[in-house]
Parts: sequence; structure tokens; C-alpha cells
Amino acid sequence: MREALIFFASAVLCVPIAKRAGLGSVLGYLIAGALIGPWGLRLVSETEATQDLAELGVVLMLFVIGLELDPKRFLAMRGVVFGGGALQLAASGLVLGLGLWLVGLSWEAALIGGLSLALSSTAIAMQQLAERNELGTPTGRASFGILLFQDIAAIPLIALVPFLTHAPKPDSDPLWIRVGLAAAAIAGIVVAGRYLLRPVMRFIAKSDLREVFTAFALLLVLAIAQVMTLVGMSMALGAFLAGVLLAGSEFRHALEGDIEPFKGLLLGLFFISVGMTIDFGLLGSRPGTVALLLAGFLALKILSLWGVAQLIEICRQRWLFAFLLSQGGEFAFVVFGTAREAKLFDAEWEALLTITVALSMATTPLLLLAHDKLMGSRAKAEREPDAITDEGPVIIAGFGRFGQIVGRLLLASDLRPVVLDHDPDQVETLRKFGFTVFYGDATRLDLLEAAGAKKARLLVNAIDDVEASLALVDRVRANFPSLEIVSRARNVSHYYELKLRGVQVVERETFESALRVGRSALEKLGVDRFRAKELADAFRRHNIASVEATQPFYQDEARRMSIAKQGREELEKQFARDRERFERGHGGGGWK
Amino acid sequence: MVLVIYAHPYPGRSRACSALLRAIGDLAQVEVRSLYDLYPDFDIDVGAEQAALERAKLIVWLHPLYWYTVPGMMKHWFDVVLLGGWAHGEGGRALEGKEVLWATTTGDAEKYALSGAHAHPFEAFVPVVEQTARYCHMKWLEPFVAHDSHELSDEALVERSRRFRQRIEARITHA
Repeated sequence: MREALIFFASAVLCVPIAKRAGLGSVLGYLIAGALIGPWGLRLVSETEATQDLAELGVVLMLFVIGLELDPKRFLAMRGVVFGGGALQLAASGLVLGLGLWLVGLSWEAALIGGLSLALSSTAIAMQQLAERNELGTPTGRASFGILLFQDIAAIPLIALVPFLTHAPKPDSDPLWIRVGLAAAAIAGIVVAGRYLLRPVMRFIAKSDLREVFTAFALLLVLAIAQVMTLVGMSMALGAFLAGVLLAGSEFRHALEGDIEPFKGLLLGLFFISVGMTIDFGLLGSRPGTVALLLAGFLALKILSLWGVAQLIEICRQRWLFAFLLSQGGEFAFVVFGTAREAKLFDAEWEALLTITVALSMATTPLLLLAHDKLMGSRAKAEREPDAITDEGPVIIAGFGRFGQIVGRLLLASDLRPVVLDHDPDQVETLRKFGFTVFYGDATRLDLLEAAGAKKARLLVNAIDDVEASLALVDRVRANFPSLEIVSRARNVSHYYELKLRGVQVVERETFESALRVGRSALEKLGVDRFRAKELADAFRRHNIASVEATQPFYQDEARRMSIAKQGREELEKQFARDRERFERGHGGGGWK
Repeated sequence: MVLVIYAHPYPGRSRACSALLRAIGDLAQVEVRSLYDLYPDFDIDVGAEQAALERAKLIVWLHPLYWYTVPGMMKHWFDVVLLGGWAHGEGGRALEGKEVLWATTTGDAEKYALSGAHAHPFEAFVPVVEQTARYCHMKWLEPFVAHDSHELSDEALVERSRRFRQRIEARITHA
């Protein structure tokens, strides 16, 4: 309890200040960690327990990343992941290993050390990408693909350590059993994700208890992480896989919305725990060595990344890419530990390399800051075009009788709207017809965010409930002021409420179809069809004008009534004038 | 098969045009498509129009003259039905050899003269419609121009309708 208090207090204190100072949230958390850690104020001494919990932040983050990447897009990325990823690991690993060998490590230790230093921190790099809104750009995608490969590669790297030592090998199952177990676990996750999870989630969603759904989402991620740990694989990788499997499901956005706050909190905790591990004692006693190591590490890694960027066709943002991935990763800590146990390194080297990696995490936000300062003016002039992602450019909120017609028209016009609806049965049916429908309450901010309200070009508000419809508009106006809204109105007062909130395009839901029926009635009574259309058009024009004229007096019932009465008389006069003109002659001035 | 493409915005109020239409209404091989009735919202069904054209041997464009040419609806019909690749251009031979009879009703004949209100003889206004038909590989027949439609007596109207019917019948027997 006391520790939680300290964590929250330090985060609440440091992060907003860091953010305000332009340092970014990651650096804020790291500073908070250093402050409360064993080398700072010594408020928290037990760091082990924190680290376990903090690691869940990374796991949840990869789950959410997986959710945003359905299998189709994941497969499309395999070139970047396996090509670019392998290239980066080999290039950076070789250069860094050579460096370590030159400063006096054995070749085995240099190889392991170089490869683990080549890994970057998924948590830090992804957080920076998200904060800079670069996840969808070519640079963002390349970085993510490489980070993903690193996550996969870290496992065999740890397994490699015993083979490079002369020390007796630890007792463990033969390799084929471990590979078999890992394969079985992954297969199990894939099968369960495909066939078991959706019916279960549907069942839970129908109970309509939000907290149970949230609990289930967390349970799911924890269970997968546990299975992966049991077979000796990366928890984060398992969570990522589960995320990808659920990316195509209707619960994607609801899951994202539910997990997001936990992810954010635990990721913060993760950064704090990294901050706590920075060994300021070592920094105090051997500042020169640490500074040299850090500078050498950053220089070699950034140059190798810059070289890789040339080869994987990142055209404009090579330096950004190199800085983003310049830090050492959390896996390096694990590998260094294993390597020391296997007597590849001595404890001194482990401590030196660990502090180098930890400090390099703190330098990333600073490097990016410097990058923006230097490139700022240039970047503005030649920005890379935003990559088109499959995030729908149009969001439709409410997919009942009304929204469906809008949605079908858009779909038929090759626009894939993101649809939000709160009725699980409805969602289920519509998915059968090939719609991308997500389950959830459209007025919730996190769901809107997950549906891409930040990037969307348009929101179609087709919700039938007046209160919910207005709540949605309020929420969008407050949080996404540039998102344009086209709205359905139940009746005139709803119409006024929407107009008062600045919605430009509002359609009364029964108005157009009633006009159509009116036209048909005129036709049946012998009016020429085109004349019936003209009469309906004139009526529409007059009606909309008078509804708009009455709007300023919307709150004033009496004024409104008198204006409405005036409007009716005006309409009669106008129709009489129109009739007279029509009787005198028609079309091009009286030509029959 | 005779196809009449009829463009009068208010067929119920027409006198001159509807008299012509009535005169040929009982002929067995005549199909009439009243565009303003079929498509009051200008949402022309291109497929249906093209299918009707393909069935026809003689096509009659019947309408009151608006501002020296076809009414807006018929211009729109030209725009969306007579497509490249179908009526003209590469592979556009669907209308080849079909005959077009332009039948239009208009006002005082004497205004169509160099010294008249319209400052041109009527022939000056024909080429745009004529070339539309020719560009679609159709045969252009002598137009049926019904002047003086405002003040025409009932007898004159009957006489004019009879002549119109004769011209259509002549094309049917010719075929």
C-alpha cells in the first residue's frame, strides 16, 4: 500500500512536469524511478516484486499492438519483420560485438553482448512512436516490424548462452522437447483464439456487465502470458499473438478500450522500475568509463541503424529511425544476467553494461528532442505523406434501421466505415453480411479513440436515442473538435439541440420519406410527376428555411409558435404565387 | 419498332406535343418513353434506355423547343445514355443505321428569320441535335418542326397530327 502510494505520487509529480518541459512522458517516469529508487531517496527498496508487475505493462502493450494488427496486415508485414529485423540484428550485433571485443571481452562474450545490445526497447520506442503519432508512417511500421523480430529473436538468444560457455551446462530438457512445447503452446493459442474465444466473449458481452468483460480481458492476457512463461517463451510475444488473433473480432475496440488504462499504468510502472535500476553508485565511482561506454554504444548502434535504414528503404526519416531504436532493450538485462551466471561476463561487466542500457533508455527521448530541434524546420517542409491504414475514414455510430442504410451506401461506394453499435445480437448478424462492426457504447471516449476518431474524416451520428446522440456530439466536440459530424435528428427539438452544438449537417429522420409519400399522393391525384417533385422541392426549401428562422427562439415557446404560424401563412402565400406563375406558363417562358 | 423519347416536363398540360403523341399512340409498333414521368428526379436508368434503343429501328425525339434546343431532361438523357464505347467512339456501334426523327413544337414561325426576334432562320438551330445523331452513326431524317403551336386552331392541330402520323407510318412500311 505504501509503495503504491509512492509510485503514484512520484508519477503524478514527475510525468506532467517532464511533459510540460518537452521531455516526454517516458523520461518523466524514468526520472520518477531514479528519484524513489535505491540510489535516490530510497523510498522503495524492494525492486524485484515491482519488476514482475511492471513487465505486465509490456505484455499488455503488445496485446494492444496485436489487436491493431489483424492477421492479414500481419502477414503483409512479414518482409519487414523477417528481412529488416534479421538485417538489423545482424548489422548492429556485429558492430557492437566488435566494439566489445576491442575493449577486451572474449569473443563469446562479445558475441552475446553485441547481439543483446542490438535489441531495442519495445516499450520505449513504441511509446515514443505513439506520442509522436508516427505509428502509421513508413518509419513507424519499419520500427515496429524490427522490434517484433527482436522479441522473437530474444528467446533463442537466451538459449544460446549455455552453448558458448565452457562452464557445465545447466540441467534442462533437450532442445527438441522445448521447441515442441513452444510450438504446442502457440498452436493452442491460435486454435483457442480462433474457435473458442469469440463465443465465450459473446456470452460475457450479453450479460451486459462491463466490469466482467474487463476482468475477462485481463484474465485472457494473464493466462496467455502464464502459458508462454511455462514453455519458456516471451510473455509479450504470446500476448501479441493473442492480440492479432482477436484483431478481426467485433470485440477488438471494446478490448482495446478496457485494457488501455491498465496498459498505460503498468507501462508507467515499467519505466519507473527501469529508472530504479540505474546504478548511480557506479555512475559516481566510474563516471568516465560509464560515459565512454554509453557514448560508444550509442554511436555504434545509431550508425548501424542508419545503415540499415538505407537498405530497407526508409527515405526521409533515417535519423529518426536510428534514434528511435538507439536504446538498449529490457531483454538485455535478462541476457546479461544469464551470461553472468554462465560465467561469460564478470559481475563488473554486467553492472557496466546494465547501466549503459538503462541510461540509453533515458537518452532516447533526449536524442529525439535534439532530432526535432535540428530537423524541425526541414521536416515541416517535406513531410512524408500519411500512410493510408485500414482505419476507416468514416465512423458510423448506431447501426439500426437508419445507420444501416448509410453504411450500405458507403460500403457500396467502396468506403469501409467503422461501425459502432451496442447491441451484441445486432453486431453478430451484421458481421455475417461482411460489415466491420464493433461492439460497444459509441459515447465512450476510449471506444471512439480506438475506432480512430483522431484520424477519421467524418462521423455519422445515426444513434436513435436522443440523449445518447447528444452525449456523443458533446464528447466529440470536446475531444475531437476537428472531426466533422453528419447527424440524424429524431424531431425538430433534437434538430435544434444538434444545431446548437455546431453540427452543420442535420437531417430529420422522417422528413424526406414523408415528402416522398406526399409526392406519391400528388401523383395519384393526377399531378404530373415532375410537377409533384417541384412542389415537394419548394415545400422542402420553405420548411428548412422556416425551421432555421425559428431556431433562435427555440427556447422561447411562445415566440416560436407565433413564428411557426407566420411560417404557415408565408408558405400558403408562396404556393399561391408559385401556382400563379405556373398557370401563366411554364418551362422556358411559356413555350408549349 | 418505333421508339418515342418524349420530354415534356408537364405532359398533363401539353397541347401541341400531346396531340402529336396521341396521333401515333394506336400504332402497334410504337413504344413511348416519357422521360419526365419516368425520371422526375433525373435519375435516368441508363440500362433500360439503352435496351429500348437497341429494340428500335426508328427513334423519335419529341419535345417542345426550350431555348432553341432540347429541354434539360433530354440533354441529360444525351449525356448519360449516349455513351462512348456504346453509341460512339471505339466499339460504339449500338445505334448504327437506326433512323432519327426530330419532332419539336415551337412558337411563331416568322420570328425565326434574320430580322425576327430569334435573329436566325430555324435551320441555324438544327446542327447541334442533328450532329448528336450523326455522331452516333444514326440516319438523320428531315425534322418535323411544328411552328405556331401557341395559337393553333383545333382543325390545324388535327391536320398537323395527321401529317405526323403519315410520316411515321411511311417509315414503318419502308422498313
